[in-house]
Amino acid sequence: MGIRFILMVNKQGQTRLAQYYEWLTLEERRALEGEIVRKCLARNEQQCSFVEHRNYKIVYRRYASLFFLVGVDNDENELAILEFIHLLVETMDRHFGNVCELDIMFHLEKAHFMLEEMVMNGSIVETSKANILSPIQLMDKAS
Amino acid sequence: MSGPSLMDSLFQRTLEDLIKGLRQQLIGEQAFISKALEEIRKEIKSTDLSTKSTALLKLCYLSNLHFHDMSFAAFHALEVLSSPRFSHKKIAYHAISLSFHDSTPVLLLITNHLRKDLTSTNEFEVSLSLQCLSRIANVDLARDLTPEVFTLLSSNKLYVRKRAVAVVLRVFEKYPDSVRVCFKRLVENLENYDPQILSAVVGVFSELACKDPRSYLPLAPEFYKILVDSKSNWISIKVLKIFAKLAPLEPRLANRVVEPICDLMRKTGAKSLLFECVRTVVTSFSEYESAVRLAVEKIREFLVDEDPNLKYLGLHALSIVASKHLWVVSENKEVVIKSLSDPDPNIKIESLRLVMAMVSEHNVAEISKVLVNYALKSDPLFCNEILGSILSTCSRNVYEIIVDFDWYVSLLGEMSRIPHCQMGEEIENQFIDIGLRVKDVRPELVRVARDLLIDPALLGNSFLHRVLSAAAWVSGEYVEFSRNPLEFMEALLQPRTSLLPPSIMAIYIQSAFKVLVFCLHTCFVRGGSTAGVSASASYESFDDLSVENGADSTVAHGQTCTSAPITNESIVNLLKLVELALSPLLGSHDVEVQERARNLLGFVDLIKLEALNSSGQEENDSERKGVEATKIIRLVHDAFSKELGPVSLTAQGKVPVPDGLTLNENLGDLETICGDIELPSSNTFSFGYPSEEKDVSSFSNLQIKEDSGQSNESTSLLAEHRKRHGLYYLPSGKSEVISNDYPPANDPALQGDNNDNASDLVKLTAESLVPKRKPNHSKPRPVVVKLDEVDEKPVAVKQLESRDDSLSGAVRDILFGSEDILPTSSRSNLPNSNRKGKKKQHMITQVESKENVVDDGNSSSRRRKDHSHGKERRHRKKNAEERNETDRKEKESSSNHPRRHKSRQRAEEPLKVPPQTSVIPDFLL
Repeated sequence: MGIRFILMVNKQGQTRLAQYYEWLTLEERRALEGEIVRKCLARNEQQCSFVEHRNYKIVYRRYASLFFLVGVDNDENELAILEFIHLLVETMDRHFGNVCELDIMFHLEKAHFMLEEMVMNGSIVETSKANILSPIQLMDKAS
Repeated sequence: MSGPSLMDSLFQRTLEDLIKGLRQQLIGEQAFISKALEEIRKEIKSTDLSTKSTALLKLCYLSNLHFHDMSFAAFHALEVLSSPRFSHKKIAYHAISLSFHDSTPVLLLITNHLRKDLTSTNEFEVSLSLQCLSRIANVDLARDLTPEVFTLLSSNKLYVRKRAVAVVLRVFEKYPDSVRVCFKRLVENLENYDPQILSAVVGVFSELACKDPRSYLPLAPEFYKILVDSKSNWISIKVLKIFAKLAPLEPRLANRVVEPICDLMRKTGAKSLLFECVRTVVTSFSEYESAVRLAVEKIREFLVDEDPNLKYLGLHALSIVASKHLWVVSENKEVVIKSLSDPDPNIKIESLRLVMAMVSEHNVAEISKVLVNYALKSDPLFCNEILGSILSTCSRNVYEIIVDFDWYVSLLGEMSRIPHCQMGEEIENQFIDIGLRVKDVRPELVRVARDLLIDPALLGNSFLHRVLSAAAWVSGEYVEFSRNPLEFMEALLQPRTSLLPPSIMAIYIQSAFKVLVFCLHTCFVRGGSTAGVSASASYESFDDLSVENGADSTVAHGQTCTSAPITNESIVNLLKLVELALSPLLGSHDVEVQERARNLLGFVDLIKLEALNSSGQEENDSERKGVEATKIIRLVHDAFSKELGPVSLTAQGKVPVPDGLTLNENLGDLETICGDIELPSSNTFSFGYPSEEKDVSSFSNLQIKEDSGQSNESTSLLAEHRKRHGLYYLPSGKSEVISNDYPPANDPALQGDNNDNASDLVKLTAESLVPKRKPNHSKPRPVVVKLDEVDEKPVAVKQLESRDDSLSGAVRDILFGSEDILPTSSRSNLPNSNRKGKKKQHMITQVESKENVVDDGNSSSRRRKDHSHGKERRHRKKNAEERNETDRKEKESSSNHPRRHKSRQRAEEPLKVPPQTSVIPDFLL
């Protein structure tokens, strides 16, 4: 299914957003996030952005205080996922204007919605910022 | 029902309040959250939908970020879902997507809500429900909502259609029969030129093709078109993934596709796409020389890049190439070796894998040296990673790549001394294994063991204890190769051995026993008659080393290094040393240690007389007690000098079950009787013959095989036993005659360049235990080949099974199966529509008639005219009946004709392939 989960985690290791494309119980999620965060946050800037974990790969990237971690199948294109993360950040940036951790905290539902516009069923369906944001803006206006 | 009052609703905390409260943390996070949860539980029962939905939203937040169970709110989420307001709906869908799963009890209640929203005129509502369906669909939902999804697949709202396409994957997975309904529309979307749709549909196909590529071969032309035309990197990457799966199945397809991929590789500026091209070429097009060369060029660019990401991926790509084109790795050897000291552990491990892939019998020494140096410098984790891979690579296939065992054994010794080494267990196994298998290496093995044993510092490192136990065993078992057995005794009995765990302590004592017996034997039995008998001819090659030992330095070449230092005096000292070292162990808490210490001391007591006597008068052999003791020594020595050989894991299986022995009977009762009896370890096994020897009692428990009778008697008994059950014995390395009787199982030519050591090893391992050895120890090639065959079969079977897999079965049905009905139906009706139609026409549903919905630019050339519903439906039915046992090939060959027709039309390069031979006909352009 390509992408298995998308996490946003801050420097302290607190989850700020979690989107799973396969069902995991709360305990499984807690364990998984703990392991991944420990593994990825310990790495430094000079190290590569790919970490093998269990039977899949994690592609991560750090923006300011926030880590974006994407768990993907082993044959997924790592560089494309990095581009996807960047696109996600740019999209949020355009919507919130200089996005920061707080924006995502206070608009978690909207962030989820953006992700849903971009990813469905674990595969990326939309890569145009305008297309991603237009329904969100419409809905904002409507409500 | 006492819902919250109006006041509660009015002053309800919003999500924002909740988050702010969490951030302030006035009363501690946990306390705050449980208070909030309490509120939520109350609010969610409210009849006011706004209150309810806000409560739900807060609950989602807590569930998503703070791992709080929200399953209790499942039904409330459904209630909110029924709200007419879009904002409520949105929250409800959000909650449902996050929390529902296959075993949520209220899942079935959602079907009607979803259906309503799927048919809504508001595209956002449709989109929300599709999104939700893609997350929660189970069999029932997928089945019940298939018609709605089918309709949406050709919706004229792109926003909705792309979602419908994406959701199809989940629906197919859960309810394979939906393929029959939706597949055709899905394929139509492949021809859409809108990048949004294309991206979604290609994504779906790349997932589908991963599972069962063969089914999607007929769609290759469409994928090819997308590959050539695509402007979007993301789509190209996905299509490349599809081709990586399809190309190995159909060489002609690979021929066609390899050029465009190379073009893409040359032209693209995007690293992600470039890497995907490289990966596709090295995985699936590895027999295309020029393509591989180009890919390797690009890999090299990656390797030398500053960016660690590219470097990692370059190494990763190299490791994929390595299996087929090892030269690529050797060409980039320097970069790979340099990466071993990269700051990134992931890169290091990747390069280690590559280095190990390069190892062959010619360079194993060189590479191991480099790696051991790296291991010395690196952190414990990576150090052990290195050691582990050296050990496993070198021991592969019974040390296939090792030519110089002397070198390897000393490498093992060197590795155990690396400070971070934690591979003790593996090194232990290999020490013993090599000792058993390779006769010629034993002198060197003993030397390495000596160096390890003699170093008191090593005893303090608990990771090394396993290695030391192997060294101790080697020293006892092969003591005759030692230049100075007395040294061994001192090493084995040194005070710091108290640091060892009891199980290894026991091995030490047992080895000391063996060494002692050897010394005594040399001194009294042999040394008594002819002084200076060399213990083994192989000493001669080691005379140069004797300089190390002061005691040995004066001994002439080839003369015994052993008998010289062993004088009666030294024996007396030795016995004293044993008594001194072992007496405290008589009180050991470990039975094994205690027992063995007692054995050894008992033996020493027996011998002492002799030693004391003969110290005075050496030639007085005829004295009764002396004779007695000499006899004992000889006996025990004989017992110990029986050589051990490797035993096949399956050897036991060859022993026939004697009559009257029931193996399957429950021995449970036995446990109550002798539950407290320790299981005998393998070498304490004794035959327990009755014996008249009066000394038997003293050493019947000496852990020797023949504990009674005279030495020749016991040997003859053993020999007889061997003769009767020769099959189950492994020939000992000593008995050259036997080993020559066995034809070498593996072709000597294969091992042609191995030297004597290796061929000896081959002989040793080949003897009698060839076919049934445990697989990882089976050196001979024939066995390996056999294993491959065995391995391959299940795979083939699996493929067959996967063909029966319902999803791919359905897809095949549509893509291949119904082709055989086409000639009658479609060709007669629409001779010029043989293009696309073929793949789809057979898929007729009631809805079909109203589909003239979207047709794109090139529809003129691929116009479909499905006017033959009735006929085709009939055919489809028939076909469905046959579906289960239809042979794919049969279908294909039957469908050859129309396909070839099509391909001619489509690409003006006729392929001159006889239809009969083609598994996948010429539709491949």
